Amino acid sequence: MTEITFRQALQRGLREALDADPNVFLMGEDIGKYDGAYAVTQGLLEKYGPDRVRDTPISEAAFVGAGVGAAVAGLRPVVELMSMSFSLVASDQIVNMAAKIRYMSGGQLKVPMVLRAPTGGGVQLAATHSQSFENWYASVPGLKVVTPSTPYDALGLLRSSIEDDNPVIFAENALLYATRGDVPDAEYFVPIGVADVKRTGTDITLVGWAHGIVTLMAAAEKLAETGVSAEVVDLRSLRPLDMETVIESVEKTGRALVLDENWRTAGFGAEIAAEIGYRSSDYLDGPVARVSGTDTPSPYSRPLEQLGIPQVAWVIDEIEKTYGI
Amino acid sequence: MEITPEKLRWIYTTMYRIRRFEEVLLEQTVLGKSMGVAHTSDGEEAGPTGICAHLTDADWIGSTHRGHGHCIAKGVDTAGMMAEIFGKYTGLCKGKGGSMHIADFAKGMLGANGIVGAGIPLAVGAALSAKLKGNGTVGVSFFGDGATGEGTIHESMNLASVWKLPVIFVCENNHYAESTPVEYAVSVPDIADRAAGYSMPGVVVDGMDVFAVYDAAGEAIARARAGEGPTFLELKTYRYHGHYHADDPHTYRLPEEEELWKARDPLPNFERRVIEQDLMDEVELERIRNEIDQEIQDAVAFAEESPLPPIDELYTDVYTNYSNSVRGLR
Repeated sequence: MTEITFRQALQRGLREALDADPNVFLMGEDIGKYDGAYAVTQGLLEKYGPDRVRDTPISEAAFVGAGVGAAVAGLRPVVELMSMSFSLVASDQIVNMAAKIRYMSGGQLKVPMVLRAPTGGGVQLAATHSQSFENWYASVPGLKVVTPSTPYDALGLLRSSIEDDNPVIFAENALLYATRGDVPDAEYFVPIGVADVKRTGTDITLVGWAHGIVTLMAAAEKLAETGVSAEVVDLRSLRPLDMETVIESVEKTGRALVLDENWRTAGFGAEIAAEIGYRSSDYLDGPVARVSGTDTPSPYSRPLEQLGIPQVAWVIDEIEKTYGI
Repeated sequence: MEITPEKLRWIYTTMYRIRRFEEVLLEQTVLGKSMGVAHTSDGEEAGPTGICAHLTDADWIGSTHRGHGHCIAKGVDTAGMMAEIFGKYTGLCKGKGGSMHIADFAKGMLGANGIVGAGIPLAVGAALSAKLKGNGTVGVSFFGDGATGEGTIHESMNLASVWKLPVIFVCENNHYAESTPVEYAVSVPDIADRAAGYSMPGVVVDGMDVFAVYDAAGEAIARARAGEGPTFLELKTYRYHGHYHADDPHTYRLPEEEELWKARDPLPNFERRVIEQDLMDEVELERIRNEIDQEIQDAVAFAEESPLPPIDELYTDVYTNYSNSVRGLR
């Protein structure tokens, strides 16, 4: 085991994939000479050359669509968007092309493409650069949506995503890039669609994904101080969605809180909460507790922005309010 | 450009196959036999035929909502197409795509495309794949005059030019984007002029003359295969019928204009020319027409007799390896 950052884990995943399969190539804005806006692709151009580490013009619709076409024609493109917010410019290619081609061709065509993008807020980039549209893409049949929270999961899930024959939205919460964690030295894969119990507990199930897991793990620590034993379930992917692991945990603890760092209305957290309520109401001591980001655009000013992002205290308060523990 | 006797026969067969397919499909659609809408391309046969005459199954094409001609010219089976449009399980896409989304992997047909302009980046991607694999294949993107107002064409032309991709942009300018005249919606008289802005050759071609298309396409495709980058072809052409089967084109264009274009019909023009030059005779031309008439009649019978997709097909083909896509609803 070696301790590395989330960013290093992603870079190692890309290197391993490029080494493993000559059909894998990377493209995106400033990923080559400039090393990538978040330095994930640092040094890769030098090693793999400009054909396989391909800088693109600022043309998201064209290069995401070209990724789809190249994937259908037999390659495995890993396309980087500078921000998940920019995916809207290419959303037709994502939702109408990548997600639908297999179905509409009656299973003849496949799109083994990964679309990586930094996502989320908290770094004073204001409203148009701080969004998490992976939550939207999670409602689109035909796409897979992967949302790692640790370096271990980021590396293993990235390898699985690149080997997957379906289009995968790979959401990298920008607040996680510098976080650290242990990864095995040997190659490994983390299967897509399997949630992970990040902390075991008996009194309440805390469900989240990506950066939300950082908040939930801190909340569980805090709860332990008052004698509440919290179990933290990391979804790791929003689609496929492993509800079985969530339900198993909820039916053990009898209480559930869902953390969705994004907008509350019609957010992905609402889907999880509804599903828990529908499937496990007989086991619950009360309604499913929900914590989410505020239903506002993300403001620029740091103190104001922080007011909209779920904090540990919100989780603690919500649990007390809902379950009195 | 030299054309072999085999190629000449292929060209006539293909143009007539497209013509007959569209005419019969329109009849069947009006009768309510097919499902959904049918965007027919009769009148525009010379374009896809003259282009695809230079392609093999290993080359990729991307198409539009008006894609039957592109499919046929790329070698897609007419019975499978008809069955697809009839919504049958024997259709090329098992009845899941319909007229606007016919795809055929084995023939290098990326798919007709229901979103205007959306297929263009896909063909560019196929060309990128060809370049990276170094296999000498090309990507061809068909699109209409209406699509030239979309961002994807401009982004794609720039990308293809910057990367010197083996792609041919084929604008089928049939003069109407649904009902909107090209003179109203496009800022230049010749759309091919825009190619200069992306440092690629732009050629205006008589899209009613299959020989003119064949020559221009031959040059463009040879350029692409030689690694010299993309070309933009603008085919001036005309669709004989409305935007789709129930559209009355006389709400936006005059019968007199239609007659002018029909006087330049690609099929009689081809026939006159090959007979004059003693390349084919009327007996052979008629034999081809009879064969195709029978083929299309058989395609309709096949489509009519074919079964509808089984219920389970609703759930398949969403993913290659994840069947649980409709959680809890089954």
